[in-house]
Amino acid sequence: MDPASAPFDSALIPKGVKRCQLKWFLLWIAVLNGPLMVGTVAALMCWGLALNVTNLSNNYPFGLWIAADLGIIALGAGAFFTGFLRYIVKIDDLKHIVNYAVIIGVVCYASAQGILGIDIGQPLRGWFIFWHANVHSMLTEVAFCITCYFMVLCIEYLPLILENRQVYKLGFFHGMAHHLHEAMPTIAAIGVFLSFFHQGSLGGVPGVLYGRPFAYREGFLVWPWTFFLFILSAIACGPCFTILITRITEGFARKRLVKRNVIDILAKISGRLLVLYLVLKTLDTVYWIAMAGKVGAPLSSFYANQPYGYWVLITELGILGVIPAILLLIRKTRQNDNVLILACVLNCAGIFMNRWIMTVQSLAVPVMPFDRFISYHPNWVEYASTFLFVWAGAIVISLSYRYLPIFSQEKELNPL
Amino acid sequence: MFPFAFEWLNDPVHFVFMGSLYTVLILLIIILHYCGIRAFLDLICKKEGHDNH
Amino acid sequence: MKEAHHEGDEQHQGHGKIYKFGMVVDLDKCTGCGACMVACMAENNIAFRKDETNKTRSNFWMRVYKISNGLPFPDTEISYIPRPCMHCEGHGHHHTPCVSVCPATVTDYNHETGIVSQIYTRCFGCRYCMAACPYHVRVFNWWDAKWPKGMEKYLNPDVSPRMRGVVEKCSFCFHRFQRAKNKAFTEGRREVREDEYQTACTQACPAGAITFGDLKNPEHRVYKLKDSPNAFRLLEKLGTNPKVYYVSTRAWVRKAADVYVGKEGEGATCA
Repeated sequence: MDPASAPFDSALIPKGVKRCQLKWFLLWIAVLNGPLMVGTVAALMCWGLALNVTNLSNNYPFGLWIAADLGIIALGAGAFFTGFLRYIVKIDDLKHIVNYAVIIGVVCYASAQGILGIDIGQPLRGWFIFWHANVHSMLTEVAFCITCYFMVLCIEYLPLILENRQVYKLGFFHGMAHHLHEAMPTIAAIGVFLSFFHQGSLGGVPGVLYGRPFAYREGFLVWPWTFFLFILSAIACGPCFTILITRITEGFARKRLVKRNVIDILAKISGRLLVLYLVLKTLDTVYWIAMAGKVGAPLSSFYANQPYGYWVLITELGILGVIPAILLLIRKTRQNDNVLILACVLNCAGIFMNRWIMTVQSLAVPVMPFDRFISYHPNWVEYASTFLFVWAGAIVISLSYRYLPIFSQEKELNPL
Repeated sequence: MFPFAFEWLNDPVHFVFMGSLYTVLILLIIILHYCGIRAFLDLICKKEGHDNH
Repeated sequence: MKEAHHEGDEQHQGHGKIYKFGMVVDLDKCTGCGACMVACMAENNIAFRKDETNKTRSNFWMRVYKISNGLPFPDTEISYIPRPCMHCEGHGHHHTPCVSVCPATVTDYNHETGIVSQIYTRCFGCRYCMAACPYHVRVFNWWDAKWPKGMEKYLNPDVSPRMRGVVEKCSFCFHRFQRAKNKAFTEGRREVREDEYQTACTQACPAGAITFGDLKNPEHRVYKLKDSPNAFRLLEKLGTNPKVYYVSTRAWVRKAADVYVGKEGEGATCA
């Protein structure tokens, strides 16, 4: 690269790749900081003025934050699942995307924990979930596993940071990165174990609520069927989210970063898992309709109040389930870039919708016979404090893409 | 959270649940320490190797 | 506390008598005056705002619902349903819905009294218990309490006020039980009499619609009242096993208030 046209911070940029001028990058970060500041103000309002600044109420103790939390963690499942496929199933080609999957995972899990820090009424007491843990609660299992898994993700992210061009020169960090890579299969296996449980426990959170026939599921031992369905849906949409973010990054970078066969592997696996999930989810839905009817909660009572009409069921399983599954299974559609993006968006949206349904709609459905339906929609404070983490995540991803050697195929696909 | 807490009960659920937590945390700490110590030893050996040359 | 937390032999539970405090509310007597709500708020230092129009954010522990038979004039009838915390016992492998879900062991079912307690200073406000409760008995402190000037002097010293961000609910005036227990102990007794421990709402009701006592003690009025053929509980089929019974001679009330028909048929209750 011509030294005159090299970016000002080129000493930090990986060798053999091209990045835009520093001034454009800083402008991009400044642009992201705008809505990030709005989100920060919203978060400070929640902490300073208490949660009355939101649209949450005693009828809706869970709202956008909790639905977003569950959704983000489902989308972040690409990290552990790609790691599982790479290090344990040993699909070697995935080594070209596993680094990025880890970064996406770090952003997702940090965001989830951040949102929780705003959502709980007494954030300073958040550690009580560890100190006074109730081992029978699904939420305790969630907190433990997510915290541990976030540590695992940070450990997986660490070698990428240590491989920054300047950091790597330091002998100790060089060695540390090398040995962490050696230990990666063990770390990935721990990550898979933890992820299995927290993805499942997040399904258990609504599934154990026998006071809410809409959410309640029977199951296997202490685990309701939603435990297993959430794991399956997470691994079905996680890789799609990874593909989506990679394609968005490629769009911004205006170059290919990963070979198409790598994307194709993830898309194919995602499609097959989505089909399996839809089959089991349909069986579960049929069984649920029968069981809920036995406690005097007929299906019609669940969909009697708009906006939660029958269209919700059709959209979740049909438009956002069957359609992306078909698109991902058929090779011709899967290998068409635009159709693949559409399939990934529909898939991820479907799983996000499922999380909303299991949390917010569960609370929307009246249980007592003389309860009236009350509707809920998030207000700007909830939207802003949730999207705060999207902007923050975009900054982290931007910094990682610019300064860390994430994409091993970038040089090959974009010779200078 | 710990066996000395007054709420602790010696039942299978506590053993499995908290035992898994402790196991994971200890494993992660061991892995980090292992990598750090190996990196440090590599650094020393490399320096000594250079000194010898 | 550890011992009372777990079901088991009665001999191994705590050091005193085992109670099962519950309530029977006669819906034919309830006029919907709301005195029970006011008494509860006064007794338990419940925070309120200047503008309470948004009922979904109100801190009512006791809440009076109004239902109607839905028929046009002249057949229209209404009924009022005072609804405190049900102090659910659970049934079989289903425990008290809110107790099993709390991640920080803030809420607990006490087998000595049958009361579901709440540790306000431990609650970090995750609101999972609120999602679990089908009766909407749990309320969240969306604001810090702000008492009108001088009212701090009128607060009940036996009940700790709650700060924002924590969940609270009806405690069956547990502080009154503690007082009664202490009084009985100083008098050399180990058993609290029916008249010594009554909830604020029970005492405030001008129609005498609410009866409170030990559901297992044949000497207490609630013991017989709960076995009335017109007695029922809310959401019977869910299996929460609540301790608040309702009685009404009107079939439409039993049906309207109990879509989930009791095990022994319409209007009857399982003991």
